[in-house]
Amino acid sequence: MSLHDEIKSLEMTFEFYTKFINGILWKIPKASTVWSREDIWNTIKVRWSIGRMNYRVKPGLYAVGLPDSNSEIFVTANFKLSFDHLRRALHEMDAWILILDTKGINVWCAAGKGTFGTRELVYRIKAHELDKLVNHKRVIVPQLGATGVAAHEVKNKTGFRVIYGPVRAEDIKSFVVAGLKATPEMRKVNFPLKERIKLIPVELTFGKYYLLAVPAVFFILSGLNKNGYSFDLTWIIGSKAVFSLFVAFISGCVVTPILLPWIPFRRFSMKGLSISLIMSIPLLYFNFLGSTIFEKISWFLMMGALSSFLAMNFTGSTTFTSLSGVQKEMKTALPLQIGAAAIGIIGWIISRFI
Amino acid sequence: MNGFVYLKDVVSLELDREKCTGCMMCIMVCPHEVFAMKDKKAMIINKDLCMECGACQKNCPDNAIRVRSGVGCAAGIIKGILRKSEPSCECGSNTNCC
Repeated sequence: MSLHDEIKSLEMTFEFYTKFINGILWKIPKASTVWSREDIWNTIKVRWSIGRMNYRVKPGLYAVGLPDSNSEIFVTANFKLSFDHLRRALHEMDAWILILDTKGINVWCAAGKGTFGTRELVYRIKAHELDKLVNHKRVIVPQLGATGVAAHEVKNKTGFRVIYGPVRAEDIKSFVVAGLKATPEMRKVNFPLKERIKLIPVELTFGKYYLLAVPAVFFILSGLNKNGYSFDLTWIIGSKAVFSLFVAFISGCVVTPILLPWIPFRRFSMKGLSISLIMSIPLLYFNFLGSTIFEKISWFLMMGALSSFLAMNFTGSTTFTSLSGVQKEMKTALPLQIGAAAIGIIGWIISRFI
Repeated sequence: MNGFVYLKDVVSLELDREKCTGCMMCIMVCPHEVFAMKDKKAMIINKDLCMECGACQKNCPDNAIRVRSGVGCAAGIIKGILRKSEPSCECGSNTNCC
């Protein structure tokens, strides 16, 4: 899509900011700094993966407030939530927003892939003629975009200096007030409880249809016994089995992420395993894990494997795990999880007939 | 931040202090305060906190930093193994996870 087409298709939804700057009449779509009710509702939907596709905005240049040739240019991705957080943070400021085409992916992920990168930034700076728009020759790129952007290359190719802004959009105002200086605190990525809770929906919906398929299989198999098949058993044992699986699921996807920094193991697989062991104690007490010791051990293996695996998956959501580290952990954890799950399932099926 | 330290002594980050000219870009882009300045050059002070994002390597004009960057994401690594490709975090094309 050419730049012209992009602007054309925007005309339907955006108000325009028109102004003479450096002898040119600019017509730039306006970005509101207030979230509409629809924005809020869509944010919730995105977090819960409902209709997640195409939550993107048109790449390009936008105006916030009443910007002029001295206003700062803030760069972001065309994932709508990235844009929304930036524009909300620019409330009551006059600024430009330059949205890179990251195929609807957020700054951090897109920078890792390179779509939020030097090439796209250089292209946008030139295509939108920023050298004619502003007199200061600098763009503010979110710090988490630095994995894709080489500041010195952008400077070489466009003359624009890349200034890395704070990690969190909410710090932008203090960053600007401080003369475009980010404090060490603004540069740091942390992972507080609030952030971990926000990511739980992503974890919960990770398994998608397996979430229903696996319990269904367990439910059906619960009716098996040495005399054939009993629907009474399906209900009595099946509902307990489904509940136990659910507990392991919650252990790995909810409890472990919430308690993450306080669980005394470094390996996520161990964190998940330990929480599932603790959570299965009440199940054991209320006789949810079967009558024979054989079946109980099978349940510990299955629940441990599931919770451990799901907890390990949470490495993808955290902000401090390295590729080398996760690979090292998986090398031992994954075979053990698969082994434990397999032995557990076989043991549980055999115990149907004991 | 003790609870937010991952495995010890696995990170692939290396800094060649001979090449460093002290521009401080690595300090500015690092999200985990892995670097600090000493004698007008950068040095690694918190290696185990590094998440191998690669921002420092990318923004080092002196080519003094080496790190095997990639996603520290188990699901991404599994996908990489299954597809026999590099680990990548493609949790769908439009997600806000990773």
